[in-house]
Amino acid sequence: MKKFLYLPHLFSLVLLWGLSCTLGYAQLKIEIIGSGANQIPIVITPFKDENTLPQSVTAVVAADLQRSGLFKLVDSGGLTTIPVEPSQVDYAMWRTRGADVLAIGAVSLLPNGQFDVRFRLMDILKQQQLKGFSYQVSAQQLRRTAHKIADVIYEALTGDIGMFNTNIAYIIKNGSRYELKVADVDGYGARTILASNESIISPAWSPDGTRLAYVSFEKKKAIIYVQSLETGGRSVIANFKGSNSAPTWSPDGKRLAIVLSKDGSSQIYLVNPDSGGLMRLSTSGAIDTEPNFSPDGQSILFTSDRGGSPQIYRMPVSGGSAERLTFDGTYNVTPRFAPDGKSFVFVQRNGGHFNIATQDFVSRQSQLLTEGSLDESPCFSPNGRVILYATNEGGHGILATVSSDGRERTRISVEVGDVFEPAWGSLIKN
Amino acid sequence: MKKLTLLVLVVVSGVLAGCACPPPKSQPVAAEQPKVEPAPTPAPAPAVVAPAPAPDPLLTKRNIYYDFDSSVLKDEYKAIVKAHAKNLTDNPSLKVTVQGNCDERGGREYNLALGQRRADSVKRMMMLLGAKESQIETVSFGLEKPRAPGHNEEARAENRRSDIVYQGE
Repeated sequence: MKKFLYLPHLFSLVLLWGLSCTLGYAQLKIEIIGSGANQIPIVITPFKDENTLPQSVTAVVAADLQRSGLFKLVDSGGLTTIPVEPSQVDYAMWRTRGADVLAIGAVSLLPNGQFDVRFRLMDILKQQQLKGFSYQVSAQQLRRTAHKIADVIYEALTGDIGMFNTNIAYIIKNGSRYELKVADVDGYGARTILASNESIISPAWSPDGTRLAYVSFEKKKAIIYVQSLETGGRSVIANFKGSNSAPTWSPDGKRLAIVLSKDGSSQIYLVNPDSGGLMRLSTSGAIDTEPNFSPDGQSILFTSDRGGSPQIYRMPVSGGSAERLTFDGTYNVTPRFAPDGKSFVFVQRNGGHFNIATQDFVSRQSQLLTEGSLDESPCFSPNGRVILYATNEGGHGILATVSSDGRERTRISVEVGDVFEPAWGSLIKN
Repeated sequence: MKKLTLLVLVVVSGVLAGCACPPPKSQPVAAEQPKVEPAPTPAPAPAVVAPAPAPDPLLTKRNIYYDFDSSVLKDEYKAIVKAHAKNLTDNPSLKVTVQGNCDERGGREYNLALGQRRADSVKRMMMLLGAKESQIETVSFGLEKPRAPGHNEEARAENRRSDIVYQGE
């Protein structure tokens, strides 16, 4: 029942950005290695007076759209005047350049020191405006504003929710040093949340994006912590004998599902991250691990080897019997719900390889999306369109994305060291 | 009866003092004096009481290896676990940590659980053979601390392992 997608890679299209900035070796480098078959040709003209800004807005917008793999950027060079108003747009000229849509805009400094950024998205074929917005922002908010504009364009033209204003967490290992980092989804603004000489795994974003749960081995064993990104303060969530691991948040942020081996085998428990109150959820004698809440908070996906090999199961969050979901192969682990709750992503062993696959809850069909040798730790983007995962290239850990239809791909690496255990944060509300 | 116990303790400490077997370095056990009333006259020489048995060479072996995705204790390693279990049973003040490890393949969290089960299965067998639960701690490093850095089967086989580590080592 397995459908293997043949994925033609567009290796000719290799673009780099995010390199020229000042953050040194730890900066993530994102390259597009495969794009959608039907890219939307868009032209983004420089916004008027944008060159006076400390941060180019349109460069960020263009990079966001291009990274999604769904857009083809049409050259905007050689203009004698930059159009700002719809009346100034030479639609015929853009049509001959092959563009279907056009983004125009202007920036001005306000008396209060803030910037007014306004833009319009124009349909070149219909010669009409699709969207128009203006923002009053500080210099520090310019990147974020650019991501918002990219979101507006993306949403208007694809119908999906934009996700350019999100964060990712990941671990970088360099020599014997491990760092838990958080960065903008385009790799900018990386900052270290925790540095350690022992491994850190399983970072998990709280639904409101203010806290990270993770497992640190800094005390020579697996202990679960929750850390505030605002204050940096952290608390121990579980430090029982044996292993304490695999934290995951309930959608309302009020509970964590965690895995403890204190009572025998590794089992799933629920705990309140603020007040404790441990409650055992699974009761098998086997390994039960990697819990993940459904978007409605009613059920939990997890990995168990109760049937003799690790497979994916689902159980009600109130407890009770579990239903086995995977039957292909002898090794299926790391299940994560899609944001719409209709499918899940997981890691499947194929011969000697470990790859990312998705499975639909209704049809039970699974779809293999990657063909690396050691692909692991998949998670969905908040809009469900992209899967972020860790893989191995030339003995080094890198991150990669693949769209949930398998077409668009990027690879995300660091110049020195290994990067692994990615976690995509939820959409940031303003 | 009480005298017999005391005598056994003296013998044990004597055996340990003269024993080259692990745990060799910084083991406080041998130095510890059981609460024996000081002998008024020259203390009995341990050699007179009993000849020290040769240390079990299996005690120098600390690694137990596994198949992929398995925590089954293979027959060839049972004798090692048995020897350490006896060492713990004979020396109640000794403590060990059993550290479970896995190779690089598969999920990190599943491997953490698997490494824990590898370590716990060693602990269980030691307890069945007489060691006390308080003497054995188990931890798992999953695939996080590979001893062999390579990515071939040889390295992976080396990393699918439980280590028996004596406290103080």
